[in-house]
Amino acid sequence: MSETVAITLKINGQKHAVSVEPRRTLVDVIRDDCGKTGTHIGCEHGVCGACTIIVDGEPMRSCLMFAVQADGCDIRTVEGLAKDGKLNPVQRAFMDNHGLQCGFCTPGFLMLATCTLERDPHIADEDLMEVISSNICRCTGYQGIVKAVRQAAAEMRGEAQEDRK
Amino acid sequence: MTDHLHGAKVYPTPPTTEERKILGHRAVRLEDPPLVTGRGRYAGDINFPRQMHMRIVRSAQAHGKIVSINTAAALAVPGVVAIWTNDDIKELGPVDFRADRAAEILKPYRQPVLAKGRVRYVGDPIAAVFAEDPYVAEDAAELVEVEIEELPVVIDCWAPTGEFEPGRTTEGALLKHSFGDIEGAFKKAHTIVELDLFTGRHSGVPMETRGAIGFYDKTKDILELHGAAKVPHRNRDTLVNMLGRAPKGMHVHESHVGGGFGIRGELYPEDVLVLVAAMRFDRPVKWIEDRREHLMCANQGREQRHKVRICADENGKILGIDDEIFHDQGAYVRTHGANVANRTLCMMTGGYDIPAYRGICHYRLTNKTPCATYRAPGRYESTFVRERLVDALADKMGLDRIEIRRRNLIHKDQMPYLIEFEEQGVEELLYDSGDYALLLDKSLAAFKWDETDAALKARRAKGEMVGIGIALFVEESGRGPSDGAKISVDVNGDVELVTGGASLGQGFETSMAQIAAEALGVDYQRITVIHGQTDRIAQGIGAHAARATVLTGSAVNETALKLRAKALEFGAELLQLPVADLDIVDGVIVKKGSPPGGPSLSLGDLAKKMAPGAKLLNGRDPHLFAEAWFNTDFTVFPYGVHLAQVRVDKETGQTKVERFLIGYDIGRAVNPMMVEGQLVGGCVQGIGGALFEEFAYSETGEPLAVTFVDYLLPTLGEVPKIDVLITEDAPSPMNPLGIKGAGEGGINGVGGAIASAIDDAIGKPGAVVQLPVSPQRMKALLA
Repeated sequence: MSETVAITLKINGQKHAVSVEPRRTLVDVIRDDCGKTGTHIGCEHGVCGACTIIVDGEPMRSCLMFAVQADGCDIRTVEGLAKDGKLNPVQRAFMDNHGLQCGFCTPGFLMLATCTLERDPHIADEDLMEVISSNICRCTGYQGIVKAVRQAAAEMRGEAQEDRK
Repeated sequence: MTDHLHGAKVYPTPPTTEERKILGHRAVRLEDPPLVTGRGRYAGDINFPRQMHMRIVRSAQAHGKIVSINTAAALAVPGVVAIWTNDDIKELGPVDFRADRAAEILKPYRQPVLAKGRVRYVGDPIAAVFAEDPYVAEDAAELVEVEIEELPVVIDCWAPTGEFEPGRTTEGALLKHSFGDIEGAFKKAHTIVELDLFTGRHSGVPMETRGAIGFYDKTKDILELHGAAKVPHRNRDTLVNMLGRAPKGMHVHESHVGGGFGIRGELYPEDVLVLVAAMRFDRPVKWIEDRREHLMCANQGREQRHKVRICADENGKILGIDDEIFHDQGAYVRTHGANVANRTLCMMTGGYDIPAYRGICHYRLTNKTPCATYRAPGRYESTFVRERLVDALADKMGLDRIEIRRRNLIHKDQMPYLIEFEEQGVEELLYDSGDYALLLDKSLAAFKWDETDAALKARRAKGEMVGIGIALFVEESGRGPSDGAKISVDVNGDVELVTGGASLGQGFETSMAQIAAEALGVDYQRITVIHGQTDRIAQGIGAHAARATVLTGSAVNETALKLRAKALEFGAELLQLPVADLDIVDGVIVKKGSPPGGPSLSLGDLAKKMAPGAKLLNGRDPHLFAEAWFNTDFTVFPYGVHLAQVRVDKETGQTKVERFLIGYDIGRAVNPMMVEGQLVGGCVQGIGGALFEEFAYSETGEPLAVTFVDYLLPTLGEVPKIDVLITEDAPSPMNPLGIKGAGEGGINGVGGAIASAIDDAIGKPGAVVQLPVSPQRMKALLA
């Protein structure tokens, strides 16, 4: 075992002072050292996107970062999306539109969509779909995810929701 | 009709959705709140104090004799506790499979928990490293030196057989299903078509890899397996046999499951290892598979070659199908024995009325990853073959693809339709209900088949390669024999429903709650559904073969009705009204038709009054509780129509699915939103298998797809608009709710429909003989 390095990860506003080997991935440290297991590991080579989190305002594959690289960064994970028990628009839209089945890829999609729409809720639909196609879901066939993300986008633009079944 | 149904209980036509409050309606899932907030608990999220981590040392050769295993350097790594090879677990037998006809002859082909003398595929477990930390376990595994003397490999299942072990070839079994006079059919036939077809090797590939945590409670002498799925009770039974433990000392626990699709939840060597290690070291042992391992070691499927012919009379009426199948089982026989090969054989004739059939299957072992069931096992394959045959026949006879199908479909008046095979011990098929022609008509209309055909002709005239295709199929679901449920209402009026079912993410909790809520008269959101816990209910069927909703759902319905009767019996006494005057609405017993404020009693209050010792009981059992079972000897047969529109790019050879329609008769839907989810999700997996996904191997047995860069799962970019037409024209008479399974109807016909559409697009009928139709294969077809 190599020597450990002391770092501080700020996750959803809370500071976690941990001592980690430099080779440990960010996702492993978030899950195992900080106890935030909502972020999932699907492939460990940056393809599936299940481990997507937001680091300093950017969507990141947390399996492709070392924890030491995130020292002092502002990290957001799925556990931080709901505020005071109230789901954010993306979470709510995923429930409304059957945007999940097994739920394993869901945190990654939620973080990716939240980050994208917070940055620009007026993003062109084509571009939004391009972003969403960067993560993999094996259960839903994406139709529910697409509906959910579009509903969330409309809500975050402040448009009235007509079709919220 | 009664004798056709072999004395089965025939249930009346169930109510429609409009006549029901919650069953049959779109209801938001009970599963979702924890899953969208990061509170899920998947195998990787389960931890125990003092746990060790296991890492498997796997074979890098596809076939060879183990000459030596040197663990000295690995054992010297700080943090390594132990390293096991087969010598350390000599007393353990191979991983067992479920009994079937071929059971005895296939037993020698089972997989040892750790390789014994030989390795037979790249990924075969050779040694297990146990360490304090998963990174350390992985470091040490790299240092285990294995010397292997290579042996000749068998890669293609249709190649000459090799030696599995001295005195035993790689043909595990020769299986046969047949009926009618097949030689006579081909003698008198007007037209005969022969094809040589291949289905590629693919698999479920759930987003969560496998995981297993063994925990031994030495105080109670209970061994626990966490991270289980699909068939926890069946795995408990197998483990009891393999480990020689008493059933009371072996428990299997399912938590959240990140996708199943047939491959997850079967018993694998790693599951057995964590349990044995947990006992021997008296420490919890955790194993989480990485993606590379998953793509080399978890069950794969589908790979078959069919040398097949079909014959018809001058009107295009099919007289017979004669198929010689080579089935690739991979390196070992796993939990399903010969099941997938048998499902391929028995479902080959699909929804057509065909007088003669002969299917012979060479069940072959190869030096590749072992195989078992993947969503619609044997049916994705057989539908591809059958629908290719019918298209080819239509082309040769100059008949329209739709018309030839119409002429051969089993007519609704022939239902129930019995298919009996001549071979002893081969289970018959009894199609319970269906109007195949009606669903075909409705699906073609919804797809606008004729208009589309005309529009695509115009596009083709302008040089585009576009086309439409069709596949028809019959599915099977809800096999018996039996499942049970227990329901109790507590003093708050909250309901607990204990089932022996399992959830793979398909919405099991919601559908079971909807069924119970409808029968009992409570809000479905107040029902907690327990599944996959062998310590909560003695038996359970699990979740496989689209079985959960039909079988467990029927058991839940029976149980809820029994509890309802009990509640009304006591309610009638307390309210001093006849049972017939009472109803249960939102968890409150009320007088039918009475305005608010009339006589009422909540189920919670009734539960309080039914506490042990209460006078009200008067000798009857306490608690608002019921248990009941549903038994059936019959399978139900949903059916479907898949219609695809594709565009082929001449330059790149890429096939783009432009549009897809799934027509599917579900009998009665429990939750149409979730049925759609199942169908669309399955369809996209089918598109993957038809166009992108393939576990390819080199000539020496090296797996060529061990990352997501090589094994291509469809992303949103590859997925077309998928329309779903769910019909309820043929509720099953075999269960009280009329339901049929949804899990496999989305994938079954995709390979067949896309192949048909590609033929149409490139103007070469019969061109597609192999799945997946990768760009390389397409370029070859266009050359």
